[in-house]
This record gives sequence, C-alpha cells and structure tokens, in this order.
Amino acid sequence: MRSIIYLAIGIFFGIVLFKSEAASWFRIYEMFQFGSFHMYGIIGSAVGIGIIVIQLIKRYNVKSFYGEHITVAPKDRSFTRYMVGGIIFGLGWALAGACPGPMFVLLGAGYAPIAVVILSSIMGTFLYGIVKDKLPH
Amino acid sequence: MNWIYDPWPWYVSGPLIALVMFLLLMIGKRFGMSSNLRTMCTICGAGKTSDFFKFDWKAQRWNLIVALGVMIGGFIANNFLSTDTSVDLNPSVITDLQAKGFESAGQAYMPNLLFSNDVFSDPKGLLLLVIGGLLVGFGARYAGGCTSGHAISGLSDLQLPSLIAVVGFFIGGLVMIHFIFPLIF
Repeated sequence: MRSIIYLAIGIFFGIVLFKSEAASWFRIYEMFQFGSFHMYGIIGSAVGIGIIVIQLIKRYNVKSFYGEHITVAPKDRSFTRYMVGGIIFGLGWALAGACPGPMFVLLGAGYAPIAVVILSSIMGTFLYGIVKDKLPH
Repeated sequence: MNWIYDPWPWYVSGPLIALVMFLLLMIGKRFGMSSNLRTMCTICGAGKTSDFFKFDWKAQRWNLIVALGVMIGGFIANNFLSTDTSVDLNPSVITDLQAKGFESAGQAYMPNLLFSNDVFSDPKGLLLLVIGGLLVGFGARYAGGCTSGHAISGLSDLQLPSLIAVVGFFIGGLVMIHFIFPLIF
C-alpha cells in the first residue's frame, strides 16, 4: 500500500517537473543567464510556501498521517563542504542541464543520452565515497 | 482543460513542488532525490570499497520507488500531457545559444547538440555529459544534498547549511555558463 503512495507521489512530481520545464536543459541555461523569471519563480514560490508549511507544522506540532512526529533533521554545521560541494554540483547542473530529479524525468520522457549522465552521476557519487575521508568537511 | 497541455507557469509549478515536499513529510519521509544515487552505489556493491556505502539500502527502497514514479511521470507528461514541448525562451538567450551551435534553442525541450541520439557517436558531446554527471553526483554528496534536499527542503526549513549550498550551486552554475561555456562551445 505504502509503495503505491510513494509511486503516486513520484509520478506527480515527475509530471510537475516536466510540465514546468524545470527539467529542460534550456531553462537551466536561461536561469544562469538571468534571461527569465521562470525558474526563479518556481524555486522561489516552492520555498516561500515550503517555509510557511514547515513553520505551521512546527507551531501546531502536526503529526504525519501515521501519527508520527515530523522532524526535519538539521544538517551538520560546516561551511567548506556546503560551499565547495555546492560549487561542484552547480558546475555539473549547468553543464548537464539537469539535477537528480529531472534526470529521472528525462529518462522516462525518452531522452536516451540522459542515461549517460545518470550513470556518471552514480560514478561521481561512488568517487565521493572513496575520497570522502581525505576531503575537508 | 487545455491548459494541461501547455507548459505550466511558475506560479502553478512552484506551489505543486511545495505540495510534493509536504506530502512526503506527512508520510514521514524527507524530500531528496540525490540520495538515490548513493543507494544505487550500495546496491551495486560499493559497500565493499567504502564504509560510506555500508548501510541497509532497503530502508531507502521508498525513495527508489519515488524515483521510479518520477520516471513514469516524465513518460506520461511527454507522451500524453503535451502537444508542443518546445520551450519558449527569452529571444536574446535563443540568439546567444544559436551562436554557440545550439540550433534547436526555442524549438525543442532539450538541445539536439547534447541530447539527440547523435551524441552517442560524438566524443565531445559524450565527454561533456559524462563530466556533467560526475560533477553532479560528486557535488551532491559532498554538499549533502541537491536541488530538492537543499534548495527546496533545506531552505524551507531555514537551514543555514542549505543556504550556503544553494549559494554554491549558483556560483558553480554561473561560472560554468559565463566562463567555461565560451571555452567549450
């Protein structure tokens, strides 16, 4: 039963990512050229509403559908890993024009070359796992 | 209902993405797509090489199902919910892209230069896709999240680490588009 819910949420998210054009390489390029408000509007309105939602959940101690306490685990405090990791991610995001969510959308939409990006992003994750202890965090 | 077949404006799409995050919270899960890449490493046996991949991947099965759903969503949206998928870009961006060799700018969803099947016989295009993927995978795990985990979920929770990561995402993206693209296209 829960698997059906996960699948349904994923399908919905995939449709939104495709139809919003957030999965389009061109929209990512245009965003970094400051050519349109579109992507900023998507991220901005999602975050704006997200802030209100999470504040309400915290203030009214909203429980999940299964009666569990909802917590958003705080990320570890650091600067280096977020800034350096973020810059590396951003370089790839702009080049491949896709972050991990849209990668799966594009594979489903039938753009075969995105499989190359997905496989190499798995490889990139693997490389991080290997050199992790040698990196500043 | 014809609006369904047109591209969805930001003020519809953004709130719907917030709704996805809310639904995941309400079923006791966290929004984060790049975690799936780590899980796939573990499934492929990466735990033998690094402790980073030694975890019970079955606990992440739900997220793989979400990713499978995202794929199906992409298939449905492209094949059944769209009439014309060409992206209506800013005209000056189209001119700029066409000068760089991206002839399909303004007429397609993805650039032919990198995402048509011709790329499989184009070493330069393939190399760029591989490098892009490597950077995304490595950077997402180093930063501890990607656009969904940091930019949407983390910022919504007003977490400073996520703000630092998102600033990093943008520095990297701007450097790629403004300084590295002129060298490679």
